[in-house]
Amino acid sequence: MKTGSQMRIIKRVLKQLKRYIPAVSLSIFLALLTVVGNLLAPIFFGNAIDCIVDVGNVDFDKIFFYFIVCGAIIIATSLAQWIMNVINNHVVYSVVKDVREEAFNRLQHLPLKYIDGHSYGDIVSRCVADVDQFADGLLMGFTQLFTGVLTIVGTLALMFFYNWIIALAVFVITPLSLFVAKFIATRTYSMFKKTSALRGEQTAFIEEMIGNLKVVQAFGREDENQVKFDKINEELSRASLSSTFYSSLTNPCTRFVNAVVYAAVALSGALTLIYPSVLPVSFGIGKLTTLLSYSNQYTKPFNEISGVLTELQNAIACAGRIYELIDEPCEIPDSEDAKVLEDVSGDVTFRDVEFSYEPEKPLIKHLNITAKAGKRIAIVGPTGCGKTTLINLLMRFYDPVSGQIAVDGNDIQNVTRHSLRKNYGMVLQDTWLKSGTIRDNIVIGKPDATDEEVIAAAKAAYSHNFIMQLEDGYDTVIGEDGGSLSLGQKQLLCITRIMLCLPPMLILDEATSSIDTRTEMKIQSAFSKLMEGRTSFIVAHRLSTIKEADLILVMNNGNIIEQGTHDQLMAAGGFYNRLYNSQFAG
Amino acid sequence: MKDLLRYLKNYKLCSVLAPLFKLMEAAFELIIPLVVAAIVDKITAVQDGVAAAGDGTTFVVYMCLLLVGLGIIGLVSAVSAQYFAAKAAVGFSKELRSDLFGKMQTLSYYEIDGLGTSAMITRMTSDVNQIQTGVNLVLRLFMRSPFIVFGAMVMAFVLSVTAGWVFAVTIAVLFVVVFGIMLVTIPMYRKTQGYLDRVTAATRETLVGSRVVRAFCKEEEEISEYDRRNQRLTASQKAVGRISALMNPLTYAIINAGIIVLIYVGALKVDGGSLSQGQVVALYNYMSQILIELIKLANLIITVTKCFASADRVNEILKMNPSLVHGECAKLTDGAPFITFDGVSMKYNKGGMEALSDISFTVEKGQTVGIIGGTGSGKTTLVNLIPHFYDASEGQVLIDGQNVNSLGDEELRNMCGIVPQRAVLFKGTIRDNLKWGNENASDEEIMTAVNYACAADVINSKPDGLDEMVEQGGKNFSGGQRQRLTIARALVRKPEILILDDSASALDYATDARLRNNLRLLDYNPTVFIVSQRTSSIHHADKILVLDGGRLVGCGKHAELLKNCEVYREIYESQYGKEGA
Repeated sequence: MKTGSQMRIIKRVLKQLKRYIPAVSLSIFLALLTVVGNLLAPIFFGNAIDCIVDVGNVDFDKIFFYFIVCGAIIIATSLAQWIMNVINNHVVYSVVKDVREEAFNRLQHLPLKYIDGHSYGDIVSRCVADVDQFADGLLMGFTQLFTGVLTIVGTLALMFFYNWIIALAVFVITPLSLFVAKFIATRTYSMFKKTSALRGEQTAFIEEMIGNLKVVQAFGREDENQVKFDKINEELSRASLSSTFYSSLTNPCTRFVNAVVYAAVALSGALTLIYPSVLPVSFGIGKLTTLLSYSNQYTKPFNEISGVLTELQNAIACAGRIYELIDEPCEIPDSEDAKVLEDVSGDVTFRDVEFSYEPEKPLIKHLNITAKAGKRIAIVGPTGCGKTTLINLLMRFYDPVSGQIAVDGNDIQNVTRHSLRKNYGMVLQDTWLKSGTIRDNIVIGKPDATDEEVIAAAKAAYSHNFIMQLEDGYDTVIGEDGGSLSLGQKQLLCITRIMLCLPPMLILDEATSSIDTRTEMKIQSAFSKLMEGRTSFIVAHRLSTIKEADLILVMNNGNIIEQGTHDQLMAAGGFYNRLYNSQFAG
Repeated sequence: MKDLLRYLKNYKLCSVLAPLFKLMEAAFELIIPLVVAAIVDKITAVQDGVAAAGDGTTFVVYMCLLLVGLGIIGLVSAVSAQYFAAKAAVGFSKELRSDLFGKMQTLSYYEIDGLGTSAMITRMTSDVNQIQTGVNLVLRLFMRSPFIVFGAMVMAFVLSVTAGWVFAVTIAVLFVVVFGIMLVTIPMYRKTQGYLDRVTAATRETLVGSRVVRAFCKEEEEISEYDRRNQRLTASQKAVGRISALMNPLTYAIINAGIIVLIYVGALKVDGGSLSQGQVVALYNYMSQILIELIKLANLIITVTKCFASADRVNEILKMNPSLVHGECAKLTDGAPFITFDGVSMKYNKGGMEALSDISFTVEKGQTVGIIGGTGSGKTTLVNLIPHFYDASEGQVLIDGQNVNSLGDEELRNMCGIVPQRAVLFKGTIRDNLKWGNENASDEEIMTAVNYACAADVINSKPDGLDEMVEQGGKNFSGGQRQRLTIARALVRKPEILILDDSASALDYATDARLRNNLRLLDYNPTVFIVSQRTSSIHHADKILVLDGGRLVGCGKHAELLKNCEVYREIYESQYGKEGA
């Protein structure tokens, strides 16, 4: 990632933190306290040890004084640290909550083009996993980065204050530790990349073969697969061994550098003690202990900071992905003077409509349709001919590139989306139920429906019987995407929804494709009743279900190639005729 | 976990050497405070005039070289330990993964249904990785951390028994605090994970249902419901955060309180002459070492808990036995029909509903059998019994008079060409995919099968023909193209029994008709089973089986069934309208 965009993301994160400035400043102040406490305690311990010189030469009064000071410091430091941790938690999780809410809110207002164009897995992982990773990085950054830097600076300053020779020795050796860590990190990066690429390859293979194990077994391919798997497995384990091993070298190596620093401190400290006259530095054994404990304390944050930096880098990348989603442009909002559609009679017209999903691939050109109020319009044609696109345009899930779609003479661009959509009842082939009770799912279009109305609708859609067979009837809780209901049952529930709210226009896209044909016949009569006086658009594979339509549109490659009633089209002997007859061929 | 340890068998040496080297490193680390103590005491001696300055310098230089030397030994042992641990852990997971993959492939349809494929994939990937991390960490730290903690305590006891007791008490208190906090927070973390899962589910749900949500104008309700779930998650995260925020300050306070007591005890001892100043410094250093190791140990235990949970899940699969029943091979019965279903019933789980009940029919060699019925009527179940993917719970399925469970599964399935409902292709070239039917098929044989499957235009439309790459899941082919290729795949095998399980659903009527015609022309004259929802796909069959709720309600030819099978007639009329009949 370029530094420029990284900076932009960081600025964005800081902006998000603005609300929490008082909390964050308090946290920074407490971090300062913690570091000061951490640095002071060893000094007083050192002073106390200096009071223990020899047999009979122990100054207990002074020691007790130091103990009281130490005790106070320790209590203050622990408290400061705890409060700081709690504040950091609060800030981080609040920010993350805000970000998540913002992302979800955006999901509801993004154009469907975005949702259709991205895999659900990708979007979900942005909203959940990336946000989580971002939280972890932010928390770690807060708690460790700041205290780490302060500790290093403070320790170094105190070392110089005590004994500049020792400090100089430490200061010179330090870069070695950084160099080693960096060297290892860059060397292992390529190994990690290779390992994760191989792991990805193996996972893909597993997903493919275990996901379709039944086919594998049907064709008896188990042995071939095992051989292939073992080959990838072997490569992966070799790559994994080197990346695991080399990356695990960081710790021992930096520990070794620490050991050298430690020895240097011991040596320079001891020499200044043995030859006090050479250098005018006041120094005692207790001070040496303090410095030794500093040299341990001093090198630790280096290791931590390098860890935190990778974590932060990662967090920024994650934040970038989330902001990318949040910054996606919303649907063009309804205009100020958009009309609210009321008392719709149901005249729908397409005038010279042009549409494409991708600008370079034109799909629909010069489309003209006139659907009179109360008529049934059937749309037929091979897969990919543009049937679903027509529905996307009717519901304003997508907007046409040019041309006009009007309901009762109102251009739907000048009508509020909500009022347009409320006037359509839509049943799609891909049924969708939300987790909740059966009743919740049925009343989605009419939340204030009475129980009688719900049952009447369910009876009309032939779903009442199977609902009553469920454990808790209408109060049965179904899981994500309908849980254990069969596809056909789910479709019946979706139809029940429409039967309940009875909007003036209908869109049925393969609404009965998973219902067996006998039940379908029964529903069909209910549908016929429903469609009376309602403009309906019907997409179906089974030509028998659309024979009674007032107008049949035969589509191919985004164009309407034939239109008319069943009899007219059969008589014309064109595409429809061939399509219809092939049903009976054989 | 115990059962999985056998995968370390080939890495015995590594798994012993890794902790051993780690111990060595720890042991040398424990010497460091003693060296520092010696330096301090020497300095005191010089300052007191007991030793000469030059003598002291030499000693200090040697001691510091010793410190560096200890560092080098520590480095070497640590590096060796990391190497052996990595080797053992990686090797372990390699063998485990290979075995697990092999095991999964032997599972029968029963177990696959029961586990669900997504769970199986998780076992193979994230669970095995979790175990690998666990093994690696255990080999490295499990010996080291306790060794340092208790080693420091033992050293303290050696220097002074009273000081040793100070250590013992401090360590005990630390243990209680660290593990107490873990004990409280682990279940809370689990709860938080549950809330997170619900937030994930809400996100997924709104994406999948975006059209319906918008059609019903439910955007605001979705948002407010999401906010409620999100709030619960945040509250839970903050609650657990508040408790785990105690960990660092508390351990810091305890260790430092321990140091105060230690210095006091040291002061008394030095005053009494039983301890030197240098030794007090050493004790102080040992105390500092404990804290770091204890935190590492706590992290290790979290990892190990996760690792054990994963190991249990993996082991559950490794211990599974394919539940298909295999019987003795009986003598060939002459004159028996080619395929016989004799009073066959089938249940997917014991005590569950019957998916098929009491089905009996016979099929002669070369006949075409159509199977029709509503959703959930048992069509797929019936054809799955022929290649013995499931056992009949009652009755027998016979081929040439022999129970299918007595024919070897491999041999039996080699006889069958199966085209499953879901048209699955695999990553590789089209040729690779088609050769699944027969590894030794020539291009000519493949193209013959392709032509019969009406798939020639699919291959001709691709620039590389048979060498065209198929992406994972066959994403670069349309549903109809995939279906025709899977039919070709089954035909490459020239099967004696061809099973088409609703495999023409994505084909338009014209292609479907052409395909059915082609199947009749196959020169090896297979016995064909066609499962379909469309009467048009099966009405030409020699025998049509009509299923309704798992029962065979009609069996015969199209014309007969129209006359005397009400279910069949209703299905037919629903598709053609009354006047078509």
